[in-house]
Amino acid sequence: MVIRFLNSRPHIIYPHTSTPLTLRPHLRKNAVNITRNPTMAKQEQLVLLDYWTSIYGMRVRIALAEKGLSYEYREEDLRNKSQLLLDSNPIHKQIPVLIHNGNPICESSIIVEYIDEVWNDKAPLLPSDSYAKARARFWIDFIDKKLYQIGMNLYTKKGEEHETSRKEFMDCLKLLEGELGDKPYFGGETFGYLDVSLIPFYSWFQAYETYGNFNFDHECPKLIAWAKRCIQNKESVSNALPDLPKIFGFVQYMRKKFGIEE
Amino acid sequence: MAKNSEIKLIGTAASPFVNRVQFVLHLKSIEYEFIDENLASKSELLLKSNPVYKKVPVLLHANKPPIPESLIIIEYLDEIYPDIHPILPSDPLVRADNRFWANFIDNKFFPLFEELRRTPEKEGKEAIKKQLIEGSKLLEEAFVKFSNGKAYFGGDDVGYLDVVLGCFLGWTKFVEKHNEFKIIDEVRTPKLLEWTKRIWSHEALKDAIPRNETLMDFYMMLQINRPPRKATSS
Repeated sequence: MVIRFLNSRPHIIYPHTSTPLTLRPHLRKNAVNITRNPTMAKQEQLVLLDYWTSIYGMRVRIALAEKGLSYEYREEDLRNKSQLLLDSNPIHKQIPVLIHNGNPICESSIIVEYIDEVWNDKAPLLPSDSYAKARARFWIDFIDKKLYQIGMNLYTKKGEEHETSRKEFMDCLKLLEGELGDKPYFGGETFGYLDVSLIPFYSWFQAYETYGNFNFDHECPKLIAWAKRCIQNKESVSNALPDLPKIFGFVQYMRKKFGIEE
Repeated sequence: MAKNSEIKLIGTAASPFVNRVQFVLHLKSIEYEFIDENLASKSELLLKSNPVYKKVPVLLHANKPPIPESLIIIEYLDEIYPDIHPILPSDPLVRADNRFWANFIDNKFFPLFEELRRTPEKEGKEAIKKQLIEGSKLLEEAFVKFSNGKAYFGGDDVGYLDVVLGCFLGWTKFVEKHNEFKIIDEVRTPKLLEWTKRIWSHEALKDAIPRNETLMDFYMMLQINRPPRKATSS
């Protein structure tokens, strides 16, 4: 089964007559059959290797949608990774990977900057000012270093470790709220790179809130307002983010599977 | 020479991340003021300039707010001084590839040095040494790919990955000597070894590479402030 994003809405396409994806020689043996999309520019072929719950994958989905790009979405089974994934990202073997005309690009922030540089004629994501760019990159690096791991601790750890993570997580959100200030978006008046990078975490907020024992509306209202603004105003976001209860269900399932007590 | 007394760099000589920024400033012939920081007793200026991490390097440029994180500083400098010795290539795919390897070096490779220092047992240390050797083989392959037969990762002259990896050479030699093994050697990583000799003597880097005594002082400070973990009892 192949899920195709045409005009940013997912369509399931069952490959019938299709043309092998043109891959660089070392990837050719794993050619993926895709249906040719007439709206895509003749030379452009985009494949995204992803997993539906991945915060990092969501970033790339949003960026592609912001640029109005069509691509093939391939859901990876992370317990049984495809040869294409292993060949495309041999060092980390992780999603997301964007394959553009046979060339793999790895690491979500690197992928988003790549998309912004190549398709620079529409919906700029990075600010043009060098200092503003540096500032956005700083906060994205902070999010990547801290928020993901600490967030995971909220639903995997117990006791003192859990309590420490709770405090650290809230400290992170407060810092980010400070950076947002009174702006509608982190990018200012327009949705930008830092917004793209942080908003996927919102899909995990029901899980974080429940297992972290938080009340986000009360503790970081500006951030919640920002998240809802993004979902309401940006179709790229509302299409890319799974519903919060779905992610919560996924976390419940994973906790049971790994024997973490309810 | 781009005269610019507006650039200040808060750092310490022993930090490879600081050396990295110095390397770029020298390549771009940017004058700057170096504010020497004592990491065992951090200054108000550093704590105010980088409240989130309290780490060096931090770049102060004119009246703009401070910029921490060496890779972010390098991209910033490359953007505000694009005409003098560009660091990153212009092609988006090659840029992405460069950034990928910088991410690998900073998040997978270099942290092993500190991990080696903090691991108490011999067995643990051996496992980390193996990882460092595996990492160096990947870097050898990366060098062959990026250099494409030329002298540097950047081709004919120093580029992004030369700067990103080159700054660790002082610590690499220190760790090799201290732990009696080779991370970069003539059998496993011949091209990388040649490159280290080349970069070590490069005009723009040689003054920024710290002396062994400086590294030893820093190492002793780490041993006190962040001592090795206790050995787990069997």
